This record gives sequence, C-alpha cells and structure tokens, in this order.
Amino acid sequence: MPRSLKKGPFVDDSLLQKIEELNASGDKKVIKTWSRRTMISPDFIGHTLAVHTGNKFIPIYITENMVGHKLGEFAPTRTFRGHGGRMAERASKLKG
Amino acid sequence: MARIAGVDLPKEKRVLIGLTYIFGIGNHTAEQIIKKTGVSPNTRVNKLTDEDVAKLRSVIEEDYDVEGNLRGQINMNIKRLIDIGSYRGLRHRRGLPVRGQRSKTNARTQKGPKRAIGGLKKKPPGKK
Repeated sequence: MPRSLKKGPFVDDSLLQKIEELNASGDKKVIKTWSRRTMISPDFIGHTLAVHTGNKFIPIYITENMVGHKLGEFAPTRTFRGHGGRMAERASKLKG
Repeated sequence: MARIAGVDLPKEKRVLIGLTYIFGIGNHTAEQIIKKTGVSPNTRVNKLTDEDVAKLRSVIEEDYDVEGNLRGQINMNIKRLIDIGSYRGLRHRRGLPVRGQRSKTNARTQKGPKRAIGGLKKKPPGKK
C-alpha cells in the first residue's frame, strides 16, 4: 500500500537541512547519508549524495528522472556473485 | 469490417467484448467507451453501422492510449527505470521479478522456461 498523500513525501530532516544549506550557498559537496528511506525531492537535483549500503557509501548524482524514488533504490545492498563455484568448475571440465 | 486503432477486427462478438481485443482496452474501458458513444453493447461487431464505428474510433483516439502508443509508453517507463540505475531497473535488466517476489523458485513468467544448470549429475544406480 502506498504512503498516504496527506502526509506528503518523507524526507529526513537532517538531510533536508544540509541540502538547503548547499542550495543557499550554491556549493556542490558530496553529502554522506544513511537515510535510504528519504524520497528524492526536486531540491536534490544536481547534488551528489553518498548513500550508505550497510558497508560503504555509493555516490549518486541526482537527476530529474530520479525525483519520487527513494535514495535506497540506487544503492543496492546485496552483491550477488553467482551460484556455482565447484559445481560450475565440474561442468566446465565435463565440457572441455 | 470494423477496423479500430490499427489492425483489430473481431467479428461476430458483441461490441463490448470485441473492443477488448484492442491492446489497452479491457472490460472496464470498453464499458466506458460504449457509454460515451451510446452504441448498444449487444450489437455484433459486423452489424455496426459506419457511424457507430466512426464514433467508437474517435472516442478511442481522443481519450485512450492504445496499441503501439501504449506499448511505447510502457517501454519508456521501463527504460527510465533502467537508465536512472534504480533497483527496479536492475531487476528489469536481469529479467527477474521487480516487485520483491521470491526468485529462488517460481518467477517463471519473468525468467522464462527452465534452463538446466550445474552439469549432469550421476544417476544413482539401480533406480529408475
């Protein structure tokens, strides 16, 4: 179920403050953030945010198309290195 | 006979049903269209008068996205998700389910027919 429209989009206050400061001063700085749940609002466009994945920060340049998505959508938390290993080796041996 | 929005002409069905053969028009939209045009939903498609067909055509063209147009829009939406590098775009790219469904098993609609992986296992002897 989507979020009630009445509440408006969710943006973490601390992050919003930092963005507004940058907008006011016209600076471009990478902001580290843990707030993956923050929805990207039009104020964010043109900034680069480093979004935490639980392990490291992934820098994301915000474009117009991203408005309305959450920050977390752009910083995947899982690394899938494929199945197999030994099984895959054996399969390649059989072939070769 | 009745050719609306490109290539569609299902004869011998009621208009209400016939309209749903157009991509982008289901039961609900078909009902709305028929209400708007005032055509009786029970007439068969091949018995429609030319005026009726023209009316249906104009309503569909004006108010609804249909067939190629709609397909284009859908593809554009998917392309957008892929281009902005979102998680949903990534799932589209990999051909996996996008909305958080399990993919350890099932998800065959997205993944397509089963492919064998992992080489051949030795058959246990004496068993058929």
